[in-house]
Amino acid sequence: MKNKILIILLVFFLSFCFFVLFKSLESSNIYVPEKKEDRQLAEFVSEDFFTKKKITSNEIFQGSDYYILNIWASWCAPCRKEHPQLMELSKNSSIKLVGLNYKDNPKKAKKLLKELGNPFSIIIVDQSGTLSIEFGGYGIPETFLINKDKKIIKTFIGNLSNDSVRQINSIVK
Amino acid sequence: MKLYKIFFVLFVMLNFFSISFADKNDQLTIKISKNLRCLICQGQSIYDSQSDFAVSMKILINKKIEQGLSEKEIYELLKDKYGEWIVYDTSFNKNTFILWGLPVLLFFLGGAIILRKLVFRKV
Repeated sequence: MKNKILIILLVFFLSFCFFVLFKSLESSNIYVPEKKEDRQLAEFVSEDFFTKKKITSNEIFQGSDYYILNIWASWCAPCRKEHPQLMELSKNSSIKLVGLNYKDNPKKAKKLLKELGNPFSIIIVDQSGTLSIEFGGYGIPETFLINKDKKIIKTFIGNLSNDSVRQINSIVK
Repeated sequence: MKLYKIFFVLFVMLNFFSISFADKNDQLTIKISKNLRCLICQGQSIYDSQSDFAVSMKILINKKIEQGLSEKEIYELLKDKYGEWIVYDTSFNKNTFILWGLPVLLFFLGGAIILRKLVFRKV
């Protein structure tokens, strides 16, 4: 009798393990950070891409109702892909586009802007990659929609699509 | 040849001293980065990983320590940006209570079984 209970318990336990492992095969094991809305932007000091002068976050995020911060680099292929979408967004007068040039060669970055156009009102430099972490970024390209209270209201991981542009325009209006 | 040997011994000794007198901040950076998960090479800690993200994260941790932030404050800061998943040593909350509670429950259950067996044996 005792043996029978043990066998039943063992079968139940093994079936449970099989079910859990089998189910986990279907789910992706790649973690994407939680997208926390309304996250307050930390204050920082950075360097202007063209003038090489120090610039504070208060100077960058002023004079507009909405800001888009886009992390980009000339070596990043998806960044090239999303450039038309950024050019499209730059036409919206309610948004100020801020570029964050990530671990890039300035000459190559300037060449890309010359070739594809410059959608940004201001570009800041992040050679160490620490500034992008301050924004909560972990990959490139990544785009943050920021309101006038300096709160990140939406995050787009990966290159922007036409749908992303529509989403941004519907929020900004 | 003898000179080479002396240089070699000196080189090893210098390295040893530089390790033993490593900056306290660096040691804390190492400690914190060992408890952080790399979001790019998942399965590796920030300390182990050489990805761009991990390298930048190590610089940032060092910077924050220099600014006077405590170990706990740095974890909180990163959890706020990337969620609970970034730390290996997760805190006790509604999402992790099974993770923390189950071993304790199993410990008491096991203890109860052993105790019962011992009591029964005595009787």
